[in-house]
Amino acid sequence: MDRIPILKLGSALLVTIQVDMHDRLATALQEDLTEKIVSARAKGVLIDISALEIVDSFIGRMLDHIAAISRMLDAETVVVGMRPAVAITLVELGLSLSGVKTALNVERGMDLIRRRLIETEAADGAGDE
Amino acid sequence: MIARPQSNLLAATLAEQGTTILSVWSDRLKKSGALASGRIREAELQTQCRTVLDLLTPAVKDGVDAAQPAFAPLRDFLADLSRSRAVQGFTPSETATFVFSLKQPLFEAVSGTKGADPTDVMRTTWDVTQLVDALGLQTIETFQKSREETIIRQQREIAELSTPVVKLWDGVLALPLIGTLDSQRTQVVMENLLESIVSESAEIAIIDITGVPTVDTLTAQHLLKTVSAARLMGADCIISGIRPQIAQTMVHLGVELNVVSKATLADAFALALKRVGRTVVAVKARELPAS
Amino acid sequence: MAPVTSDRMEVRSSDDVVRVRQQVRARALEVGLSLVDQTKIVTAASELARNMLDYGGGGVATIEVVSDGIRRGLRLVFDDQGPGIADIQLALKDGFTSGGGLGLGLGGAKRLCNEFSIDSKPGEGTRVTCARWK
Ligand SMILES: Nc1ncnc2c1ncn2[C@@H]1O[C@H](COP(=O)(O)OP(=O)(O)O)[C@@H](O)[C@H]1O
Ligand SMILES: [Mg+2]
Repeated sequence: MDRIPILKLGSALLVTIQVDMHDRLATALQEDLTEKIVSARAKGVLIDISALEIVDSFIGRMLDHIAAISRMLDAETVVVGMRPAVAITLVELGLSLSGVKTALNVERGMDLIRRRLIETEAADGAGDE
Repeated sequence: MIARPQSNLLAATLAEQGTTILSVWSDRLKKSGALASGRIREAELQTQCRTVLDLLTPAVKDGVDAAQPAFAPLRDFLADLSRSRAVQGFTPSETATFVFSLKQPLFEAVSGTKGADPTDVMRTTWDVTQLVDALGLQTIETFQKSREETIIRQQREIAELSTPVVKLWDGVLALPLIGTLDSQRTQVVMENLLESIVSESAEIAIIDITGVPTVDTLTAQHLLKTVSAARLMGADCIISGIRPQIAQTMVHLGVELNVVSKATLADAFALALKRVGRTVVAVKARELPAS
Repeated sequence: MAPVTSDRMEVRSSDDVVRVRQQVRARALEVGLSLVDQTKIVTAASELARNMLDYGGGGVATIEVVSDGIRRGLRLVFDDQGPGIADIQLALKDGFTSGGGLGLGLGGAKRLCNEFSIDSKPGEGTRVTCARWK
C-alpha cells in the first residue's frame, strides 16, 4: 500500500500531500506521523497542501486530528500553501481549522515553528533558574 | 410543424429563383436603410444574404421545422451573425429586420411560380411565415444573449479596475476600497486580493474601507469571509477606516470577533510594519542632511 | 430541461469518491465554471458522495451538464437505497452528525451550490440533488 512520505526538516517534520486522499491513506498518515513525532522528537509538523485542488470536511477533520495529536505530543502543526479557491470554498463549507496554524509556504511555516521553539526554550530556561 | 416532403414548392422556388430572391431581398434591405449606419459595407451584406439563401435551400428539402438538424448550419450562421452584430453595435431591430425582410421576397417568388396549385401556394406561404419567424426570433435571442454577456464581462472588468491591490512594503498589501460595495463587486475584489497574497507572498493585507459609505449585510459577510480565507492561507488581514454605521452592521451580524481593525490606514500600516518586524522612527535632528 | 451530457457513476468505495470528484472537475471545466466555482461544486460532490458511502451503503452519482437556454450549469444527483434521513432539517444543521463526522457535509454542500434539495424516505433511501450555474 502506498503511503505519504514524511521528511525530517531540522526540528520539524514535513508532509507534502500531492495525491487525492482516500481513507486508508489518511489513516496511515495519522499513524505514521504520531510515531515519527515521538521518534524524531519533532517540535513541529508542516503539512504542505499547495498541490491540493480541494479540501473537504474529510481532509479538514484529518488536519484537525493531526493537530490535536501533535499538540498532545508537544509539537505544533502548521498547514501551509492552501490555494485561494480552496480557502474560499472551505470558509463557505463552514470549516475554520481553528486548531491549526497556517503559513503561506514551507519557509514561512518553518519560521513559525522556529520562533515557537525559541520562545518555549526561553520560557523553560527562565523556569529552571 | 409537420414535415411535408411531398410538397417541395418552397424547395423548388428557392432552387429555381434563388438569384431573383437574392437581389429582391438585398434591394429591400438597402431601401430600409441597412447600410445607412455605416457599420456594414454593401459587399459584406450581399455575402451574408447569399450565405443565408445557400444554407436555406438544402435545409428546406425535408421540411420547414427550423429546429430540425437540417437547419443547424443556418442556425449556427445566424447565431454568429447576430453575435458579431451585437459586438459591432447594431440595434436589435436592425438585426431582426435582416431576417424578417426575407419574408416578402419569398412570398413573391412562391406566388409567382407558374402553374402552382393555389392551395399549395397558400400552405407554403404559411410555412415561410413560420420558418422566417422562428429564425428571426432565434437571431434576436442570440443577439440579446451576447449583449448580456458583454455587460457581465464589462461589469467584472470595471470591478477589477476600480480596486487595485497595492503593495505597501515587502509582505504588506493594501486594498483601498472606494464607493459602494455590492456583493458581486466585493466577490471579484476579494478573489483578486487572495490571488495577490499568493503572488506577492504577503503576510498582511490591509483592507481600507474609509471610502465606502455603507455596506449591506451580504457585503459585510463577504468581507469577513475574505478575512477567514486569508487566514487559512496563512495571511492576516487588518480592516481600517470602518465608519460607525458599518461597525453597527458588523456587530449586528455578530461578527466583531477575530477581526483586527484600526481607525485609519496609517494606523493599520504601522501595525503591519510592526508585525513584519519593522518600526518607523523619527530621524534625529543631527542626522538630517544639512539643507 | 434535458441534460447535454450525463455520466452515471457507482460509488462503492472511497476510491470511487475520488473518481466522482475528478469527473465533476472535468465537466465543470467543460461548462466553463470559474476556478472558485469549480472548487465549490467539486467539494460539494465530495461531501455528498462520501455521505452516500458512509450512511447510504453506497449508491449512484449522476453528473449532468445542463442548459436553460441562456446559461449552462452542472447538476449532480446522488441516489442511494440506504436507511434514509428521518429528520432532514436536523441533518442539514451545521455540526449535526450521527457518525462522528464534523456535521458540515450537507449544510456545506447546500451553501456551495445554487440549487439544492434532499428527497428521502426512511427505509427507502436518499436522493440529494444540487446544481451550480455559470
Ligand atoms: N445519504 C445519506 N443517508 C442517510 N443518512 C445521511 C445521508 N447523508 C447524510 N446523512 C445523515 O446526515 C448527517 C449529517 O451529514 P453531514 O452534514 O454530511 O455530516 P457528517 O457526514 O459529518 O455526519 C449524517 O451524520 C447522517 O446521519
Ligand atoms: Mg458528510
